[in-house]
Amino acid sequence: MPSLKDLKNRISSVKNTRKITKAMQMVAAAKLRRAQDAAESARPYSERMLAVMASLAASVEGTPSAPRLLAGTGSDQTHLLIVMTAERGLCGGFNVNIAKKAKAHAAKLKAEGKTVKVLTVGKKGRDALRRELGNLFIDHVDLSEVKRLRYFHAQGIAKNVLNRFDEGEFDVATLFYSRFENVVTQIPTAEQIVPAKFEAANDGGAASTVYDYEPSEEEILADLLPRGIATQIFAALLENGASEQGARMSAMDNATRNAGDMIDDLTIVYNRTRQAAITTELTEIISGAEAL
Amino acid sequence: MANTIQTDLVAPERKLASVQASEIRIPSTDGELTVMPGHAPLITTLKPGKLTIVADGVSTDYAVTGGFAEISPDSVSILAERSLPANEFTPEVHAEMVEEARKEHEDAHPSVADMTAKMLADMEALGSHMLG
Repeated sequence: MPSLKDLKNRISSVKNTRKITKAMQMVAAAKLRRAQDAAESARPYSERMLAVMASLAASVEGTPSAPRLLAGTGSDQTHLLIVMTAERGLCGGFNVNIAKKAKAHAAKLKAEGKTVKVLTVGKKGRDALRRELGNLFIDHVDLSEVKRLRYFHAQGIAKNVLNRFDEGEFDVATLFYSRFENVVTQIPTAEQIVPAKFEAANDGGAASTVYDYEPSEEEILADLLPRGIATQIFAALLENGASEQGARMSAMDNATRNAGDMIDDLTIVYNRTRQAAITTELTEIISGAEAL
Repeated sequence: MANTIQTDLVAPERKLASVQASEIRIPSTDGELTVMPGHAPLITTLKPGKLTIVADGVSTDYAVTGGFAEISPDSVSILAERSLPANEFTPEVHAEMVEEARKEHEDAHPSVADMTAKMLADMEALGSHMLG
């Protein structure tokens, strides 16, 4: 049985913890709003970009002049996994879920006899993957000093990836990040960016019109594809940012609630113990008096 | 025929303009291009230059670097890699852009040297268009 003083100390320590988690939750909520705004304002650009690229890609596809970024290198031996996670922890299962997805993918590729290379963005994912995939790391992008994600950060990553592609370091690149669904749900997602793949995101809008191209379709596409990759990376970074804050917010909300429950339980134990001590003392006094 | 055209100018980080314009002058890679309502559908890439949108008789200038424009008879969307309203385009920003282009040109692979040289020249010309 812990003494009254022990209980009192524990209650006050849990109360302090609750204050911290509460503060972190509120900070995350504020950051989440900012991250969502950023993701929102980036959406028109990336949607438009992808729509135009998809319609261009459809018209060039299969022709021998299709650029390598679209058609691929003709092999899928070497895979590059770009794993994007947070720079900070304390956000529930956020980092772990992305890392898990990437690990599963890497294991599958290895089982097929493919070569896997890993590029990490964000410290936490690097730490989570170091033990199992550490020997496959080829590079790391550090964004820990970045207060606000800007497009040139994404451009930097894209350039890094594209240089490696030009050097023939990999054939297929896949992006791992968390898609923001809502505050409680973030979906770890894998997205292939090289060779560029377009889903049927383009439902008619742009495709229904026959466009003239100036310069030629191939030239536009060659100009567009690298930009498209930067745009996809930028969108993924922003989604990831929003997801991280969302995950942190709900993790901290849980922690705050758990701390509250713990305080209630401890308070009950504290009160019972105190009452027991009083009762014992009274019994002792009464029986002492009766014995006289 | 409508005499205005829905025009959207978007950059990766924000939407800069969404207006009913009567005329848009676009710095396309193959030369300056003026778009009026009813223009034939066209997709073109942009070079660094001055983009002008005329709406309600008022013309607004923007500095754009690369990107592309999608033109259809009733709407224009310009997707600029980097775009600034004229009032945010200061000599300092321009110097920085030129510096970036120069570095790009110096680091460039010989096969694309022509392209980056043109980019640098365009970038320098952008200054005289916008600031002059």
